[in-house]
Amino acid sequence: MNTWFNTLLVLVLALNLFALGTSRLVTMIKIVSLQGLLLGLMPLLIEDHLAVTSALASILAIFLKGMIIPSMLLRAIRDVHIKREIEPLIGLLPSMLLGALVTGFALLFASSLPLAEGDTPPLLVPASLATIFCGFILLTMRLKAITQVMGYLVLENGIYIFGLLLVEAMPLVVELGVLLDLFVAIFVVCIMVNHINKTFSSLDTRLLTSLKE
Amino acid sequence: MTLALLAVPLVAALLALAIPSNRWRPWLIPVAAGLHFGMTLITVFAGQPKFPTAWISLDPAGQLVLLLISTLYLVTSFYMTGYLRYHAQRQNRVFVSCLLCLLGTMTLITWARHLGIMWVAIETTALCTGPLIFFNKTPQSIEATWKYLLIGFVGIALALLGTLFLAYSSLHAGLEPTLALDELLLHAPQLSKPWLHSAFVLMLVGYGTKMGLAPMHTWKPDAYGAAPGAVGTLLAGGVTSCAFLCILRIYQICCASGDFAFISPMLIFMGLLSMAVAGVFMVGQQDYKRMLAYSSVEHMGILILGLGLGAPALFATLLHLINNGLTKGVLFLSAGNIHRSFGSTRSTVVRGALHRLPVSAGLFLAGFLAITGSPPFGPFISEFSILKAGFESGHFVASGLFLLFLLVIFIGMGATVLQVVQGQEPEDAPRTAYREGVLTIAPPLLLLGLVLVMGVYIPEPVKVLLQNAAVFLEVRP
Repeated sequence: MNTWFNTLLVLVLALNLFALGTSRLVTMIKIVSLQGLLLGLMPLLIEDHLAVTSALASILAIFLKGMIIPSMLLRAIRDVHIKREIEPLIGLLPSMLLGALVTGFALLFASSLPLAEGDTPPLLVPASLATIFCGFILLTMRLKAITQVMGYLVLENGIYIFGLLLVEAMPLVVELGVLLDLFVAIFVVCIMVNHINKTFSSLDTRLLTSLKE
Repeated sequence: MTLALLAVPLVAALLALAIPSNRWRPWLIPVAAGLHFGMTLITVFAGQPKFPTAWISLDPAGQLVLLLISTLYLVTSFYMTGYLRYHAQRQNRVFVSCLLCLLGTMTLITWARHLGIMWVAIETTALCTGPLIFFNKTPQSIEATWKYLLIGFVGIALALLGTLFLAYSSLHAGLEPTLALDELLLHAPQLSKPWLHSAFVLMLVGYGTKMGLAPMHTWKPDAYGAAPGAVGTLLAGGVTSCAFLCILRIYQICCASGDFAFISPMLIFMGLLSMAVAGVFMVGQQDYKRMLAYSSVEHMGILILGLGLGAPALFATLLHLINNGLTKGVLFLSAGNIHRSFGSTRSTVVRGALHRLPVSAGLFLAGFLAITGSPPFGPFISEFSILKAGFESGHFVASGLFLLFLLVIFIGMGATVLQVVQGQEPEDAPRTAYREGVLTIAPPLLLLGLVLVMGVYIPEPVKVLLQNAAVFLEVRP
C-alpha cells in the first residue's frame, strides 16, 4: 500500500513541475485536475480500515477537483478566448528549475522536521511543502488572472496533502465545508474573470493597478 | 435558539433570492437583522450561556463579538434599505442575499469552538463579501474585488495550514489529533512546541490578512474604497472583529500552553507595524474612504498590540474591539452619505460638506474625533487603558511608540477630515440627487450615541460581559 501511495506522491510532484513548465492554459487546467484526482485517491490508499465518511469525502474530492472545477475553468477560458500565458514574470524554464529547487529544498528540510513517531509515509510532508511552494510560484510569477487561480488550486492541493495526516482531526462536516468553499470560490472567481475580461479586454493583472497610493 | 440564530439569516438569504421585487427585497435585511438581534439579546443576557455541543457553543468571547456584530448589523440594515432605495435601478438580488449570508457566517464564527468549523465559516465570509464589494460594477470595484478575493484566499489558505499544524502538534504529542478548542485547551501544555509555534505564526498571518494587519493589509484600502459605505461598516466592524476572534482562539491556546512569552513580542511588533504603516499612508491621504481603511488598519494594530501586552490589557482590548466597531460604523456610514452627494471620494473635490450635508458631515467630524481617541468618546477610554497597561507592564518603548503613532495619525487624519467638512464648497463641485433622509442619517447618529455612552458610562451588563470575556481568555498554564 505504501509503495502505491509514494508513487502517487511522486506523480503529484512531477505534475507540479509540468504545471510550472507549460504555457498552454488548457494543459495547465488538465494537469491541475489530474493532480486533484490523484489527491482524491490517496485517502483510499492510506487507510487500512476505510470509514464510510472518509470514503465519501474522497469520492467528493475526486468529483469536485478532478471534474467539476476543471470544467468550470475550461468554460471560463473558452468564454474569454484565451489560450496561453504569453509573458510570465519569469520564463517557463526558470520557473520549472525554481520548482525543482524548492522540491529539493522541501525534501531536505522535511528530514529535519520533528515528525510524529509512527508510520507517517516518508514522502508526505515534503510533497505537501513542495506543492505549496510551487503554488506560490504560480501565484506570484504569472500575470494572467486565470493562471493565478491555478496557483491557488495547487496551493490548496498542497495543504490537502498535509491534511491526509490528520484525517481523524477533520470531521466530515469540516471536510465537506472545505470542499464546498473551494467550489464556490472557483465559481466566484470564474465570474470575476469574465468581468475582468469584459471591462479591461484582457486578463492581464498588470492592468489592475489603478488603485494605489 | 442556537439553530434559529444561525438559520434566520440563511433562510432570509434564500428568501431574498426568491422575492421578485427589487424594491421590497431590501426590507428583508432589517427584518432578519431585528430577529437576529432579539435572539442575540436573549441568548447573551437572559439565559445562562448554553453549551449545546462541544463544537458549536457560545463562550464569553463569542458572546461579546456576537453582540457587537448583531448590533452593528441591525443599525446598518436600516441604512442599507435607504442606500438600496437610492440605487433602485440596480439589481440587488445577489447583493441582498450575500449580505444576509454574511450575517449567518459571522454568527457561526462566534459560535464555533472547533477550529475547522471556524475556518470554513471565515472562508465563507470572504465568499459572501466578494459580491458586496463588487456591487458598483465599476473597473475600480472589479479590481478591488479581485485583489480582495485573491489575497484573502491565500491568507485563509495559510490559516488552514496553520490549523492543520495545530492538529499535528497534538498528534505529535501522542494525543488523538483534534481541532476541538476544549480538548486543545485541556492538553495545551503537552502540545508539541515547534508545531504549535509555526501554527501560531501561520494563523496570525492568515487571520491577520483577514483582519488587515500590515503588511498583509494591501487589499483593504482598495476594498473599502470601492465598496458601498454600509458594506465598509460590516467589513471594518464585523468581519475584522470575527477574524480577531479567530486570533483570540489561538492566543488562548498559546497562553494555556505557557507560550505567552513567545507570542507576545510578535503581537506587539505586528501591532506597532500596522500602526506605523497606517500613519505613513494617512498623512497626506487625499481619498477619505481609503483614509478610513488605513484607520481600520491602525485599530487592528491597536487590538493586536493590546493582545501582545497580555492579561493587564485584555479588558481594554476587548473594550476597544467594541468601540472600534461602533465608531467605524459612524465613520463609514457618514462618509458614504458624503460620497453619494458629491460623487467623489477625493478631498480635493469634496469640500465644505458641512454646508451641504450638515448632519452627515457633523457625524463624520465627530466620528473622527472619537476614533482618534478624544474624550468623551469610547475609544478614548479603551486606548488610554491599553496605554496604561503598557506602561504598567513595563513595555515603555512599545507604549511610547503607540503614543507617537496615535499623535501622527491624529494629525494626518485630521488634515483630510477638516478639508472635507470645512471651508467653502467649490462652485463646480459635483452634485447628485441625494438628499439626507432619516434612513441614512439615523443609523450613524444612533451609533455615535452608543459610542458616547461607551465613553461616559459602560452599561453594567456590557461591563459584566467584558469582564467575563477577559477572565475567560486569561488562562494560565
